[in-house]
Amino acid sequence: MSHARSRAALTTSTLAAATALALAGCSLAGGDGSTATEPSTSSSDTGQGGGTVVLATHESFHLPKKLVRAFEAETGYDLEVRAAGDAGTLATKLSLTADNPIADAAFGVDNTFASRPLGEGAFAEVTTTATPPAEYALPEGGDRLVPVDSANVCVNVDTAWFEREGLTPPTTLEDLADDRYRDLFVTPGASTSSPGMAFFLATVAAFGDSWPDYWTDLLDNGAKVVDGWEDAYYGDFTAGSDNGTRPIVVSYDSSPAFTVSGGRTTTAALLDTCFRQVEYAGVLEGADNPAGAEALVDWMLSDEVQSALPESMYVFPVMPGATVPPDWAEFAPQPTDPYEVDPAEIDANREQWLTEWTDVISR
Amino acid sequence: MSLDTPGLVPRPATRPPRAARRVAGLLAIAAAPVLVLGVLFVLPVAGMVAEGFVVDGRFAPGAVLDVLARPRVHRVAWFTVWTSGVATLLAVVLGLPAAYALHRLALPGRAVVRAALLVPFVLPTVVVGVAFRQLLGEGGPLGFLGLDGTPVAIVCGLVFFNVAVVVRTVGVAWESLDPRPGQAAAALGASPWQVLRTVTLPALRPAIVGAASIVFLFCATAFGVVLTLGGVRYSTVETEIYLLTTTVFDLQAAAALSVLQIVVVVALLALAARLRATPDPTAQRAVAPARAVRRSDAPVVVATLLVLAAMLLPIVTLVLGSLSVGDGWGLDNYRALTTAGDDQALLVPVTTALLVSLRTAVDAMWMALLVGIVVSLIVTRRSHSVGERRVRSTLDGFFMLPLGVSAVTLGFGFLITLDRPPLDLRDSPLLVPMAQALVALPLVVRSLTPVLGGIDDRQRQAAASLGASPWRTLLTVDLPVVWKPVLAACGFAFAVSLGEFGATSFLARDTNPTLPVVIFRLIGHPGEANYGMALAASVVLAVVTAVVVLGVERLRVPGVGAF
Amino acid sequence: MLALRDVTVRYGDATAVDDVSLDLASGQVLAVLGPSGCGKSTLLRAVAGLEPLESGSICWDGEDLAGTPTHKRGFALMFQDGQLFAHLTVARNVAYALRLRRTPAARVAARVRELLDLVGLSGYDDRLPGTLSGGERQRVALARALAVEPRLILLDEPLSALDATLRERLAGDLRSILHAAGTTALLVTHDHEEAFALADRLAVMRGGRVVQQGAIDEVWREPVDEETALFLGYARVLRDAAARRVLDAAALPPAYAVALRRSALVVDDEGPLRAVVESARVTPELVRLVVGAEGVGSVDAVAPLGGRVAPGDEVSLRVDVTRLAVLAITP
Repeated sequence: MSHARSRAALTTSTLAAATALALAGCSLAGGDGSTATEPSTSSSDTGQGGGTVVLATHESFHLPKKLVRAFEAETGYDLEVRAAGDAGTLATKLSLTADNPIADAAFGVDNTFASRPLGEGAFAEVTTTATPPAEYALPEGGDRLVPVDSANVCVNVDTAWFEREGLTPPTTLEDLADDRYRDLFVTPGASTSSPGMAFFLATVAAFGDSWPDYWTDLLDNGAKVVDGWEDAYYGDFTAGSDNGTRPIVVSYDSSPAFTVSGGRTTTAALLDTCFRQVEYAGVLEGADNPAGAEALVDWMLSDEVQSALPESMYVFPVMPGATVPPDWAEFAPQPTDPYEVDPAEIDANREQWLTEWTDVISR
Repeated sequence: MSLDTPGLVPRPATRPPRAARRVAGLLAIAAAPVLVLGVLFVLPVAGMVAEGFVVDGRFAPGAVLDVLARPRVHRVAWFTVWTSGVATLLAVVLGLPAAYALHRLALPGRAVVRAALLVPFVLPTVVVGVAFRQLLGEGGPLGFLGLDGTPVAIVCGLVFFNVAVVVRTVGVAWESLDPRPGQAAAALGASPWQVLRTVTLPALRPAIVGAASIVFLFCATAFGVVLTLGGVRYSTVETEIYLLTTTVFDLQAAAALSVLQIVVVVALLALAARLRATPDPTAQRAVAPARAVRRSDAPVVVATLLVLAAMLLPIVTLVLGSLSVGDGWGLDNYRALTTAGDDQALLVPVTTALLVSLRTAVDAMWMALLVGIVVSLIVTRRSHSVGERRVRSTLDGFFMLPLGVSAVTLGFGFLITLDRPPLDLRDSPLLVPMAQALVALPLVVRSLTPVLGGIDDRQRQAAASLGASPWRTLLTVDLPVVWKPVLAACGFAFAVSLGEFGATSFLARDTNPTLPVVIFRLIGHPGEANYGMALAASVVLAVVTAVVVLGVERLRVPGVGAF
Repeated sequence: MLALRDVTVRYGDATAVDDVSLDLASGQVLAVLGPSGCGKSTLLRAVAGLEPLESGSICWDGEDLAGTPTHKRGFALMFQDGQLFAHLTVARNVAYALRLRRTPAARVAARVRELLDLVGLSGYDDRLPGTLSGGERQRVALARALAVEPRLILLDEPLSALDATLRERLAGDLRSILHAAGTTALLVTHDHEEAFALADRLAVMRGGRVVQQGAIDEVWREPVDEETALFLGYARVLRDAAARRVLDAAALPPAYAVALRRSALVVDDEGPLRAVVESARVTPELVRLVVGAEGVGSVDAVAPLGGRVAPGDEVSLRVDVTRLAVLAITP
């Protein structure tokens, strides 16, 4: 009898505990206020604005909390960041929800993906207080997407490795297909990685319609194509991984600033192999809080945010007045004349290029 | 067939109104869970597929059908089928000896081993990808095999994830298998091998088929593991949908592949349901006690140990990676977990993310459980007519569907269909747990239905005739038998939610990322320290998962609760 | 009292119970006897409220039970394998219905003791069902069913899962327990001995229909047709000349058909029937014969032990009129 009773008691108490666990503070729904969504009704007395401004962005977005708090204090808006997925996912989200936007403003659409949401009418016209240099502006849609940062995707080499081996590092795209550098190169794939796509576009810009021949040579020379940038850099690159076997990798112009040891960097970006990615911000068409969105875009061009970009997101600011960290200034020179492809051309050809590219590399 | 055994009667030529009423009543009870799945699954997937079918406001299926004629689509579909098929076969072949050894033999520490084998199943794919690449990469300990970036690596990864499913599902069936027919066969002169081939395996067929079909579904919809291990040369239907949707924005092609995927999954589920015998409600649930290990068990035990070693190898690589600091060893990476990472790579410390993960998992758990229990009760109640049984088995299959449909399609579908009142869910903090609950739901249903189906309906009738209301019957007959499996299902839902990455990474918000999302971010940020932290966080996730699964293991009723 | 009027139960387009009407007075035990598949279990389940009726009515004391769910009918159902709750002890099983009614603990304990005494299982309180033998389990099931003094107890082949000796013993116990408790009971079984052992009244069911009902000895004496007779344990049915010959030998008026038990013809030197022994088999109580009787054909007969009858012997037979039944059928 007692056996059965204690078992029943255990059952009851377990269920009670489980219920309590679910209903008490453990649940997200019952949790603290920061997780609950507040529609644009809460207002603050400070500043001229009011309510919440929602920013849609990709998962690499990050800015110091201090700056965000300053923005909120100054403008009176509460900033809510919704960051998920990569740049392609963001562009797709914005395009699919053009008639009922998921946020007020968006940041993180780059020049390779810009045409798509612009074409779907996802962005509204925006005027900013500051004007970024014209070289970053989109040929079309410049009135809707504002450049915020840029990063050049360049071939990086492990200079320490080349010194040890007594080999001269490559300098150009053509060099990568040279027999001296057989089995030394690794790149993320164009279809699965944003820097991979950028490198591919560099080869398109460099070789025009004969890019498939170049890629064939590249693969014949033992180039390795992996899924993502992190796989290439941390899996195969000699300066990124203890197990790495390849001293040439596709990465960023800023990467050498992260391999500094003893006052010098052990890697270098090949400045003649770069493709420039520019990230844009804009106000979404049909936003609940267009004024807040515009304030947010303005803020992203402010000196504080622009100067925080290198440390926070590993990208270069577009505004000339911004400061970059000393390591960056010293070890991460930017290319002066990177390769470029018109966003409209990218959009028109992307599918065909990727199909052909996949065919070439799976041959 | 006796008329005293209802349910097995000739198909009615014209359905009498009573049967129709019962089916209607059944559908009424099923309405709530069906509605939940309808809103959270069918609607989003249909919405996303419709994006492909409707061009400029007109229904234009032609473009979608054209996609199916593309040679690339054929190649992708074939690659998916063959890798999944081979991986399923291997998982079954490797899983069977382990299922036997861990469920029929009194091996020391077998509960721990069973729990350990389940860890890979719930590890985030990112982590597994990293571990495998550390192992198989050109500089890794197994780099000399040259497997990195080959289909072999993909198949290995898929097997790694899914062996546990086979071990559990088949092991549980093996546990409750009556040993006497095998003994009878042996007495008639059958060698152990012949007993296995002619008696044991046929008896296990439903369990093996059930496990294989689930494994195939998991393999065919695997995403991260294919991307990470296969590099970019190989595309499966799932990765192709991702590529077509996010990179190429070819929604017609994505819709075509989604539809193809759904059709194949439905066909597979139907086939599996046909091959899987329905549990006989009068069957006694006998558990053969585990027997002592004999010399003749050596091959099985060795095979099990090999499988275990193969499972542990990537995990050990991971642990070693997390402990390596500079040129030596240390716990620095673990200490760093309370920070936001080198260069503030994260908005929140990893420990906070762990808390978010745990809270999300609690929500996902009760959601999956609530719906799962109702579904299991409906599915296992005895049918009074053919029509009713059809409705029940259709429901059973319906709730398995989320296993087999692209997370990308579902994720984007959420955004475009659940965006307006009264279904404005895309800003809800519960969206992530909802998505995770959807993934956990089939597992909950699969762990509860064998137990509920094993309760003799006459027990409930006896209780009713003694004056117990349906609610009291549930409390006094069903619950005492089912509470352990319910707890086990809790554990599963919890663990699945902890490890879920695909849907979560898509839906999670920056201010409250879950642990797998944080791990992914850490890996994506440059800096040696961040990478070490990612490995340490992965180990923490694996340990938490293992503890949960071990708890589940202790609560599991031997012989029931397939997984 | 229980009254069934024109009850029909269908599964799909198969009719399991076809237009059945039955009456059962309070305090009586009615056995529904029929071969497996005749619909008797379905009938029982319909009375319990587990099967919905296609048409007809089931009434208790004149009140139609159509809208009353199983748990409100106050009919306790006992299955052939008991269906004890495996997770509860014997005492908890017996007390199940009492606890549902929030009976005070002391009363529950007393009643459980009383019932376990009644079924002869005193001291089994804390055992789990898994540790009991089949007969013990059935006794617990019976005690559980009787606990709240149901107005009707429904028994589904209560003894058929037991072996022969146990069955005989428990049958006697069951009958005296039912009578001691004054319980009204409806029993279904395919075993006429089980029916005779427990019931006051009998209803014979075949193909979903009740073909005969009445007091047990009435039915026994006058089976309605050949199949019923055979099912009630009559060994052979004779027709025409053979029937007339036997009835004539019994000094009964002639009829078209007569059913004989195996002991209806007894070897007796004074007997009017001549026969040749075809085979003989000794049992503990008498010798069972198959004889070729003049004008009758091959039939069963018995001889007292020690009579030394062997195949090939010529014997005389008399007819035991208590062991035959004249069937009211015509060619």
